[in-house]
Amino acid sequence: MAIESIKDKTAIVGIGVIDFSTNIGRSEWYSACQCIKLAADDAGLNIYDIDGMVKNIDDGPDPSYVQKGLGIDNLTYHSESHWGTSAMMNAVQGVASGSCNYCVYYQAAHRVSGPEKSISDYRVAREVKDDSLDMIRYDFFSPFGLIGQPGYVAMMYRRYMHETGITPEQLGWIPVVDSENAAKNPNAIFFDKPITIDDYMKSKVIADPIRELDCAPKVDGAIAIIVTTPEKAKSMKQKPVIISSNAAGMAPEGQFHTSYTRDVITELPEMKNMGDELFRIAGIGPKDIKLAMLDDTFTPYVPLQLEALGFCGKGEGAAFIEGGERIRVGGELPINPDGGLIGQGRFDTTRIVEAVRQIRGTSTNQVAGADTILVASGAGGPADGLILRKA
Amino acid sequence: MAEYVQGIPIMRPYIDQDNQGYWDAVKNHKLVFQHCSKCDKYHHPPRPMCPSCHSQDTLEWKESSGKGIIYSFVMFTTNKMAYPAFKLPYAVVLVEMEEGVRITANTHEIEPDEVQVGLPVEVMFEELPDGQTLYRFKKREA
Amino acid sequence: MLQEYVDRKFRTDNRPPVDINLIKDKVAIVGVGQTKYTRDSGRDELDLACEAIKAAVDDAGLKMEDIDGFDTFTLDRLALPMLINSLGVPNVKFSGEISGGGGAGCSVAMHAAAAVATGQANYVCVYRALNEASGQRYGRGDSYAEYMLTAFTPHYGYQWPFGFVTPLGWAGVWGKRWMYEFNITREQLGWWAVVLREYAQNNPDAIYYGRPITHDDYMESPMIVDPLKLHDCCVDTDGAAAYIITTVERARDLKQIPAIILSASQSSPIEQEIQTVYNRPIISGLVETWYHGQELYRVAEVDAKDISVAQLYDPYSIGGVLQLEELGFCERGEGGKFIEGGDNIRIDGKIPCNTSGGLLSEAYLHGWNLVIEGVRQIRGTSHNQVKDVELSMVTGGPGVPSSGIILRR
Repeated sequence: MAIESIKDKTAIVGIGVIDFSTNIGRSEWYSACQCIKLAADDAGLNIYDIDGMVKNIDDGPDPSYVQKGLGIDNLTYHSESHWGTSAMMNAVQGVASGSCNYCVYYQAAHRVSGPEKSISDYRVAREVKDDSLDMIRYDFFSPFGLIGQPGYVAMMYRRYMHETGITPEQLGWIPVVDSENAAKNPNAIFFDKPITIDDYMKSKVIADPIRELDCAPKVDGAIAIIVTTPEKAKSMKQKPVIISSNAAGMAPEGQFHTSYTRDVITELPEMKNMGDELFRIAGIGPKDIKLAMLDDTFTPYVPLQLEALGFCGKGEGAAFIEGGERIRVGGELPINPDGGLIGQGRFDTTRIVEAVRQIRGTSTNQVAGADTILVASGAGGPADGLILRKA
Repeated sequence: MAEYVQGIPIMRPYIDQDNQGYWDAVKNHKLVFQHCSKCDKYHHPPRPMCPSCHSQDTLEWKESSGKGIIYSFVMFTTNKMAYPAFKLPYAVVLVEMEEGVRITANTHEIEPDEVQVGLPVEVMFEELPDGQTLYRFKKREA
Repeated sequence: MLQEYVDRKFRTDNRPPVDINLIKDKVAIVGVGQTKYTRDSGRDELDLACEAIKAAVDDAGLKMEDIDGFDTFTLDRLALPMLINSLGVPNVKFSGEISGGGGAGCSVAMHAAAAVATGQANYVCVYRALNEASGQRYGRGDSYAEYMLTAFTPHYGYQWPFGFVTPLGWAGVWGKRWMYEFNITREQLGWWAVVLREYAQNNPDAIYYGRPITHDDYMESPMIVDPLKLHDCCVDTDGAAAYIITTVERARDLKQIPAIILSASQSSPIEQEIQTVYNRPIISGLVETWYHGQELYRVAEVDAKDISVAQLYDPYSIGGVLQLEELGFCERGEGGKFIEGGDNIRIDGKIPCNTSGGLLSEAYLHGWNLVIEGVRQIRGTSHNQVKDVELSMVTGGPGVPSSGIILRR
């Protein structure tokens, strides 16, 4: 018996995206129901046929809540995952293993206007009573005033500057290109018009060397993605987007943005492990990728991802992004033509949505011949990713 | 019969956009249920979408008759599982309302041995010392 | 509508065909490990988890570096990066968590099985560590009062202000209705507690080892929340447990007799909540158990009568007995009569249940101890070994999104 592989066993057949906002005025539960309805309409699927649900643990309401609004009679598969877009793997496994027919991955998170997800409140509340093991041991940092993710990333970025000579004038091309792309995407609410590298250099320094424009802002949003088998996809409304590969990775001595005890702290070994597996399953290499959807929650992670995923050599990430030519639409490897998270806000599933639109040929910033796309998530922590291709 | 121990706060509901109307009504001594005007169906707990027609804009609040019967109940008799703000014993009843939905609440002036499945009850409201308003159920003529 | 619901006339024709199910017969539990079950561990959960996982890896005859996947409950407090840094696991290709508390008792096994069956990971460790007895108790009302004054979800807002904060109380409501509709008595329920305590007397790992009870003791035990008495309730436990899942093919080279997963299923039916499932057409039955049971039998292509031994998730006696009905071991409403005298669930009875002592008398390790006992019954190493075990069933809790597995040799 050969070991099974998920290669080409599943497909994305529907996407639903609500209008993003910084003050949405509704509950996450409302948005979750809304985006799933949009995704089902997009797929041409009866909502009652959905029998699987997955989500990120810290976002939106639990599957049983969402089910109450949708009126689905039974879910035969549901799960939560930790970070990035790793819940996608649960969806893929649910469908590929024959445990459910149509699995929806929904991310409903109102990070600006909404209360933090209830379970987070619960966790915070529990911390009052006893020390919390579900948090990383930030207590090695916080007594010294090193608090917050921009600060953690700044520590690594400073070392990256020292080791490779990368400068803010180079890194600034990530937000510049993101802003150019975002200006073309109606759902990217943070830029009406492109910014210049001068604008970037004038951006407020929040944890030197990290600037405000190096960090993706928080946003209220909701996205649903429906996964099923390629066979079922054939009779549905949209041209299916085939999931060629899906993988996750971790590495020794990893922490969230604070893996400072490693020999080298200016690499993303989780991303490398993930990428190796992603290409192994798909049976292709970095050269075959036409478009990369990379995690730009914090800009220093973008050149590091290019290095970890084999798009350039170690230490060459800075040169790759400088000037923006190679990463723009029409360049050698376009990155985040939807404006990324810098343009749309911290919302990891936007990367999958844009990849689906690119393969369907319906993006507002279409890359010609974008038939094989890599999606990477979870930079600075456990990583996960997808390779999507045209059917 | 539910009586409170002084000095221990009563827990509060979690109020968001989906159930604001429910708790606002309680504040005004009214019991309302979510109703879909298109499907003519009640849903409880309130939710952001009608599970029958998937509409998100046909949901409305309809005032309840306030009448129902006890469908089931539990009686808290020891402090182990009870919330300490309540004097023991206290009942929590599940009442099937005339509208068809079932809600839980405490009882008012019903002796422990009178709490039985099938007992006709009606809603009443109680102002708590901490400023919140809650509903309870008292006996009614069948 | 109501009658259709009572008769369980639900849609099941839309399930994926059995021949494309990758889990069936292809995946096995190959190693199990647990810490001592205590009432006060004096250690933190990370420490406990490492001990249990090491034990499971050793039991399987694997090396820690072989582990490349993890699954647990959303309730678990450990951060995975910290866990793998402590264990020295180099890479994790798959991880997941399942919500819904004890209902997910077997969902975790199912998701680990799906990961292995689809080639996404080689050896998945399913773990849970908790200090439920000495730390925060989910089940105790006063544990909420110290720190939380607002319900943390809208659903709880309809319960908590009324002094209705504990799972036992929530379950008591459907339990009471079930007892009312079918004239089920406390005398009958007591036999569940008594038989499980008998099993625990042969299991040195059980918290209630050496502390037998009689049916009279049960009847005289204090009422905790009417309708439930002290001995109807699970035993809050400190401890950790883990098991390892891999393919049947790899299992052949390992140390133990593999417990092959014949089928695994999950369910979350309409109006699902955490125990407060009060707005379903009826509450004197629990459809989540019915649904996952039907799926287990459909994929396994077996029936209730083929099951040799069952470990049913029983945080309270009513939860155990009601599952006997929903899983088809007896007729609906006959659960009380079925367990009267206890013989039907004893070791040579119709369906021996919770042979380690279950959650009531062995440990409330959120179902991990039930899966481990299900594996022991397949290996032939239980302290209460049932003869000629062909199929060993384990379930997740009722009243919440639920799950189950059927194991075979």
